[in-house]
Amino acid sequence: MRSKGIAIPYVVWMAIFVVVPLILVVVYAFTNRSGGFTLENFASMSQYASVFGRSFLLAFVATVVCILLGYPMAYFLARERGRLRQMATMLIMLPMWMNFLLRTYSWVFLLERNGFFNTLLETIGLPKLDIIDTQGAVVLGMVYNFLPFMVLPIFSVIEKMDHRLIEAAQDLGANSAEVFRRVIFPLSLPGVLSGVTMVFIPSVSTFVISRLLGGGKSLLLGDLIEMQFLGSAYNPHLGSAISLVMMVIVLVSMGIMNRFGEGEGEAVVL
Amino acid sequence: MAKELIRLQDLCMAFDDEPVLDNLNLYINDKEFLTLLGPSGCGKTTTLRIIGGFTTPTSGDVLFDGVRINDVPPYKRQINTVFQKYALFPHLNVFENVAFGLRLKKVPDAEIKERVMEMLEVVSLKGFENRKPDALSGGQQQRVAIARALVNRPKVLLLDEPLGALDLKLRKDMQMELKRIQQQVGITFIYVTHDQEEALTMSDTIVVMDKGSIQQIGTPEDIYNEPKNAFVADFIGESNIIDGIMVRDKVVKMYGREFPCLDGGFAENEPVDVVIRPEDIDIVPVEQGQLVGTVTGVTFKGMQYDIIVDFRGFKWLIQTTDHSPVGARIGVKIDPDGFHIMKKSQYSGMFGDYSSYSEEYDELSDVEALDEEEAQEDREEGYEE
Repeated sequence: MRSKGIAIPYVVWMAIFVVVPLILVVVYAFTNRSGGFTLENFASMSQYASVFGRSFLLAFVATVVCILLGYPMAYFLARERGRLRQMATMLIMLPMWMNFLLRTYSWVFLLERNGFFNTLLETIGLPKLDIIDTQGAVVLGMVYNFLPFMVLPIFSVIEKMDHRLIEAAQDLGANSAEVFRRVIFPLSLPGVLSGVTMVFIPSVSTFVISRLLGGGKSLLLGDLIEMQFLGSAYNPHLGSAISLVMMVIVLVSMGIMNRFGEGEGEAVVL
Repeated sequence: MAKELIRLQDLCMAFDDEPVLDNLNLYINDKEFLTLLGPSGCGKTTTLRIIGGFTTPTSGDVLFDGVRINDVPPYKRQINTVFQKYALFPHLNVFENVAFGLRLKKVPDAEIKERVMEMLEVVSLKGFENRKPDALSGGQQQRVAIARALVNRPKVLLLDEPLGALDLKLRKDMQMELKRIQQQVGITFIYVTHDQEEALTMSDTIVVMDKGSIQQIGTPEDIYNEPKNAFVADFIGESNIIDGIMVRDKVVKMYGREFPCLDGGFAENEPVDVVIRPEDIDIVPVEQGQLVGTVTGVTFKGMQYDIIVDFRGFKWLIQTTDHSPVGARIGVKIDPDGFHIMKKSQYSGMFGDYSSYSEEYDELSDVEALDEEEAQEDREEGYEE
């Protein structure tokens, strides 16, 4: 078949850049420095339980905040027409065209002890706030960076929704609140699900945001893994083991979520 | 029976200054099966949407039981709609789709169950309660949509080309089914279609529309037998429409020959359009024919042959059970009751010549009509926001 021939380059690409690294991660996770099989990497991981806990908690909070902010944004965007919608879409997309590091750094300057916000507070006579180097700042960084990934899938689902369904609901006696609750919201859940996936996964594994905005105090999984490969604690075997466990936890939680959304279309898992 | 339920008064509608409805006046009786019939873009769907409350007229009034309801939103009207593409809720199963309106009205669960099951029985869908809409065939989805609307016991049911997406056989069955359901529940049905046969089969009253105006209102028999102008004559069934002169009452002249007919009430020597239905023409030997022409095309249609006959450059369609080969000279005879005489109108000369007649042509234009209809609707929806 012709379509098979076309697929070959992608299959090769996937094999080299997805499957091989995954195999390497697994191999590393189950071996020690001398190359022998061991489970020690997993055993020693218990000391990092708090990092796991913190990472998942912060990612969870960031995801919830993204839903709360992103859903209404996507909803009104989808129902808006013409220029306002174009402008708003631009504004949401705009930060994504900037370098990720740069974006996050700019928040450092805004939130710093002597940064923009605190200067502003000072000039109007209010006490300075400790925003930077808190978990709140980390969540803020996550929300800021990943919000578009929540807005866009929800937006596209609502936008593509058949207008006749809304009319049908009105026809059957639903006012606008009921139309939303009984038709629009349930039908937009697949969008929310992919939004959640696309925000939660990068949030749980981020390492730049927590380092820059969390001041190194709130070590996250991403930081921990990075340290094992590039940092002081060089131990790629442990790093691989942590990655593997994180991956499994993420996959399992996405699996559970998709269960909830069964019949509404599957969310994108990877 | 003849109690007036809905009245449309001086209804005008324009999208972006493009008129869609032009001063429409219509009243609809209680318990009547009324069909809005016309080609795409004639304003029939817009009229239906105005009655349903989805579109607000530019000017004019909608009266329901004597009360003006222009500003009443759809969810407060005692009217339910069966949408063109069913618009079933994909996230709900059949039961919940049908129960949707009742749940909104906070009807007790036991009563909901009873009424939904009863309605599913009416539309012959018992046992399908737990299916999702996408696990149903087109005809079944159609019936869910009807049940979903009827379960609310509306006073009026609006149907927007509900059978358009079904295949021919199913469409015929559903026509009977719809008529039966309408008689069973005893409420007003307002039905929109561009399919004249559908309209003739089901309706008590047909409203023929074109270009935003009503061309004729009447029973199916009236509309078929006594079309008011060339547009109606052409749109409903097949018609040969020929220029003629009404010499005097009961005598019409065409092709330079006088024919006896049954119509009267025209001025002497008034130019008229003469309608002759293809089935009212008898083929006879040349020497007995009132007119003599040449067969230029024959199509086998199962029950009859459609033959195209050239009478001095003007081509007629004749339906006959006798085969006449292409090129044959034949005579025709038309009984006095086979003539129908119409006053000249803006449509005169536009219809009724079968020079370009072919089956493919018919089918093509049908598909185009549907596509256009959709484009038009999408456009209308766009304006609404």
